[in-house]
Amino acid sequence: MYAYDEIDRTLVNERVSEFRDQVKRRLSGELTEDEFKILRLQNGVYLQLHAYMFRVAIPYGTLATNQLRALAHVARKYDRGYGHFTTRQNIQFNWIKLAELPDALEDLAKVGIHAMQTSGNNMRNVTSDQWAGVAPGEIEDPRIWSELIRQHTTLHPEFSFLPRKFKIAITASDHDRAAIKIHDIGLRLIKNEKGETGFEVLVGGGLGRTPFIAKTIKHFVHGRDILSYIEAILRVYNQYGRRDNIYKARIKILVHELGIEKFSREVEEEWQHIRNSSLQIDDEVIEDIRSRFTYPAYEKLPHMPDELRQAAADPDFEAWRKNSVAPHKVQGYSIVTISLKPIGAPPGDATAEQMDALADLADKYSFGEIRVGHEQNLALPHVAKRDLPALWKALDKLGLATPNVNLITDIIACPGLDYCSLANARSIPIAQELTRRFANHELANLIGRLHINISGCINACGHHHVGHIGILGVEKNGEEVYQITIGGRADENAALGTLIGPGVKFDEVADVIEDVVEAYLALRERPEELFMDTVKRLGVEPFKERVYATR
Amino acid sequence: MTSPLEQKKIKIAGPSIVTANRTWDGIVVYRTAAKSWSADLSEAAIVRNSDEAKALLAESVADDVGAIGPYIAPVQVGADGKIEPGNLREQIRRTGVTIGQPAQV
Repeated sequence: MYAYDEIDRTLVNERVSEFRDQVKRRLSGELTEDEFKILRLQNGVYLQLHAYMFRVAIPYGTLATNQLRALAHVARKYDRGYGHFTTRQNIQFNWIKLAELPDALEDLAKVGIHAMQTSGNNMRNVTSDQWAGVAPGEIEDPRIWSELIRQHTTLHPEFSFLPRKFKIAITASDHDRAAIKIHDIGLRLIKNEKGETGFEVLVGGGLGRTPFIAKTIKHFVHGRDILSYIEAILRVYNQYGRRDNIYKARIKILVHELGIEKFSREVEEEWQHIRNSSLQIDDEVIEDIRSRFTYPAYEKLPHMPDELRQAAADPDFEAWRKNSVAPHKVQGYSIVTISLKPIGAPPGDATAEQMDALADLADKYSFGEIRVGHEQNLALPHVAKRDLPALWKALDKLGLATPNVNLITDIIACPGLDYCSLANARSIPIAQELTRRFANHELANLIGRLHINISGCINACGHHHVGHIGILGVEKNGEEVYQITIGGRADENAALGTLIGPGVKFDEVADVIEDVVEAYLALRERPEELFMDTVKRLGVEPFKERVYATR
Repeated sequence: MTSPLEQKKIKIAGPSIVTANRTWDGIVVYRTAAKSWSADLSEAAIVRNSDEAKALLAESVADDVGAIGPYIAPVQVGADGKIEPGNLREQIRRTGVTIGQPAQV
């Protein structure tokens, strides 16, 4: 966990007071909506279909139990008893009243949570690997650098009025769980030949109307130079990024139009002006941040405790363990992913009761720490293997032990037309129906790793472009129509999916996905060949034929 | 921000209403003939041509404290005068999400 200092606490508390005054002036009519809109957006407050939506940041996906309880409290007291975890390590509340928002913010501020920069054209919540600090083989904990960037960019005037929103993600593992290649800036922690810590810097990734996979702009930037390098990128973006057309305002468009070579030359030139400035980071600064991250006092535990050996006789436990439990860097411990994708439920939603109970379990079994991943699942990062059977039983009682992590029912979905004012079509009912179709865990395991991502409009909050199967809802002649893509992925080999054919109606989507999956099962060369590998080997044609031959 | 009145020439294809979200709590509201807002669609003022729509939208926009984001939305009016939303989006805004909410499941 990271311990915030007095500066952070003051900043958050001042922001609450400021926003309370702004809300008061808005409700009295002193501020018009035009004047107020930018202020509410700077505090994570959107207007959606039914109500205001309040988006709260969970920096680099790390939560303490008192923070999760505070989120449960907000869900219960100010909302309708649940929250929705997003694809960018935020949580959203869908039914907040503007008049009560300052109180909700004040309650969150007491535990160091805020909503600053969760919307608006500024630097958004810096995201990272939900297994940061515990993943075996990690270069080092990426949250240290995430925190450095968070501190530098929070309320930074130069980054507060960018042409468009700006998102950074950081990973420190070979396997990218942070989806860095679909971010405006993606950072991959690496060591150079001297063993020094630095970053491969990628730029210009993003989804939405015009999707791009990020390109490497520099293969190694020393850790001490990372702030100046990021600032150089942002200065070039601030100077050349388009403000006249919202659809062309993201940095990905600028990188695409200038070309990565010219863009990198511009950045390099800017960087030379500022790299030896106060932006160069002293080792003490990093060490200070590092020292504020506390790690558990792990015990020396056996690799295979008796409790685990005995529990292995229970097939339900084993199914969960094999699916949801991952190796930890410390012997005797595991990382447990908690699926927020129960069969038939909206992906990523958790009730206040579940959040409170999870906080209790995290206190009991995970040194008081919870993580939030971009796949809209949670994780307990430090669970002793001997505690896995007891934890599983407790999670099962809460409806949080569905063994479907990374399987076909582990669906990423945006709120869609059920909640979102931008959406053209519903996402959640499609996800619910698909989880029912593939509810059989034996079938899901037979299919193997397969990510379905669903967006209810071209803005792509459900990351449909990078789903192994992507589903995009659009509106055509007053009806919801869904376009299906296959072959996308969001990991270290990120790729955009390919459209397989004309859109299909709401009622046909699940049938089409069943056809795609049946085609895959028939076409794969061996059971170990994953869906993505079959698509890579054969292309989209055989899937297209299967889907449209009878339609 | 461009005023809704300036965005484009207002055209309506049939009976329409003006809807928005109430400022203090964000709930869905409809502009009434009494120059007020109601959460009940049956109380919405119906407009049937562009001039009426423009006038209703103008007075709605002017009431910035009462509600935000007003816009014109299509409705269907039955023979009995019952007003129903004219598209799926407005149906969802009126009746709520089409899925079970987690806390109620």
